[in-house]
Amino acid sequence: MVENRPLLTFFSHIMLILGVVMIAFPIWIMFVAASHPETRMTQVPLPLLPGGFFFENLDIALNKGLSGQSGEGVARMLFNSLLMALMIAVGKIVISLLSAFAIVYFRFPFRMFFFWMIFITLMLPVEVRILPTYEVVANLGMLDSYWGLSIPLIASATATFMFRQVFLTIPDELLEAARIDGAGPMRFFWDILVPMSRTNIAALFVILFIYGWNQYLWPLLITSEPQMYTVVMGIKQMLEAAEQAPEWNVIMMTALLAMLPPICVVIFMQSLFVRGLTETEK
Amino acid sequence: MLKNVHFGPSVLPFLLVLPQIVVTLVFFIWPASQALYQSVLIEDPFGLKTEFVWFKNFEELFQDPLYWSSFEITVVFSFLVAFLSMSFALLLALFADRVIKGTGVYRTLLIWPYAVAPVTAGALWVFMFNPTLGVVSYALSALGYDWNHQLSGSEAMALVVMASAWKQVAYNFLFFLAGLQSIPRSLIEAAAIDGAGPGRRTIDIILPLLSPTTFFLLVINIVYAFFETFGVIHAVTAGGPAGATNTLVYKVFNDGFVGLDLGGSAAQSVILMIIVIGLTVAQFKYIEKKVAY
Repeated sequence: MVENRPLLTFFSHIMLILGVVMIAFPIWIMFVAASHPETRMTQVPLPLLPGGFFFENLDIALNKGLSGQSGEGVARMLFNSLLMALMIAVGKIVISLLSAFAIVYFRFPFRMFFFWMIFITLMLPVEVRILPTYEVVANLGMLDSYWGLSIPLIASATATFMFRQVFLTIPDELLEAARIDGAGPMRFFWDILVPMSRTNIAALFVILFIYGWNQYLWPLLITSEPQMYTVVMGIKQMLEAAEQAPEWNVIMMTALLAMLPPICVVIFMQSLFVRGLTETEK
Repeated sequence: MLKNVHFGPSVLPFLLVLPQIVVTLVFFIWPASQALYQSVLIEDPFGLKTEFVWFKNFEELFQDPLYWSSFEITVVFSFLVAFLSMSFALLLALFADRVIKGTGVYRTLLIWPYAVAPVTAGALWVFMFNPTLGVVSYALSALGYDWNHQLSGSEAMALVVMASAWKQVAYNFLFFLAGLQSIPRSLIEAAAIDGAGPGRRTIDIILPLLSPTTFFLLVINIVYAFFETFGVIHAVTAGGPAGATNTLVYKVFNDGFVGLDLGGSAAQSVILMIIVIGLTVAQFKYIEKKVAY
């Protein structure tokens, strides 16, 4: 900074700490609720400091679920969420890499037509084509399956654009050199393009994993069997049950479990996350 | 956009774009065209007979006061979410840009709500504001305010706005901070030499230079508030009480899947598509502008 104003710097720190406290408050309340027994969670006022019932609640949430429900915990839902998130992230990256490669490195008929077709998907979020997409998936017999959960979400204009951008910055000399050495297109793709876009792939993976894990509307529509529910859906169902018999300790533990994987990804891969976020928006 | 050095024509490029194009056609273009088609049809409740009715679904929609109120709710909701999360994020970013030590730590502590699913965020806020049990509603009642978002429409709106804005602060903060850090130091130093204090510099130099970022974030936040807050609303209010938080996207879902009004729901989808197209164009205009800037 250009001038030294200790008072203003001090004030800035105070404001930032206040901001952090405000942002973190809901998470703290959730953590506290997840560490108290059920009986404590029905007495007003609710606690503001953690109790000693954390691991018992963890066991209930993972293996038993709410009392009076199916008796199954959320372990299966966590697995479904993980699989769906991984399938969406990997699927999006693979098909976008391939199509960006074709569009940047090949001259072929309808090239621009394909490009615009991919571009249009930007303008068609799931929310505006809910019913007809549901019908398509139902006709294809993909309801209640992992394919139905992931494939309709893997077309991605943003990822294709990002890889196109990355490929355009790769020097032409590399392709010329590869050709002189006798490499065909796929060899060039695997041995040069993919390794050179490694960090971009990782950054995109972080963003897409969070995107996939947090999907809600789509799984809600196409799954009807409890076996296929994702953990994010599980929370909503528990909220509905909470109107009769609130077991906030279990609900908040489930919420904690549901947000832990994406939060860990954001915190431990922060630089990749920030990179992915800024790159996909440009 | 094609490389100067490239491969010649063959079947390979078609095979490479094939997966993306198939998914796009089957799950994007086809359903969207179906929505267009259904929006000009009326189907009887048993799905036995359909009738082509031109724009009657749209006429009915525009005559429906519920639709207009949903429109109004969406606009108010989006404005409040964008304003609240952007101003909070900008304030924090300005302070974070000022302090030299600890910017990274504050960033880590501020960005993680981005990773929380909308439904989970909704669950947290519903719990805090639960009329009988919640921590915040308890504090409010101690102050003499009786909070019940299950009965009061404006309180329900306030709750979904807070939950949605809370989740979006992280994103806005990151972009504002990046925008602030890319402002040339020489400009700020020149202003300081001319005697401008921190407040003056913020208003006259930093904020104008930040306006491209602000405009970009405004579009992104409106898109977010329109389309990505379904989970928050579904968990917190389910569109209620009495439709007070029934946004356009929530209404498409509700009319289509709960009310089974296919034509009406499709007509609403078409209008939403037009809105998305407008917002996407606005976003791309911005990117062009930034290249010149």
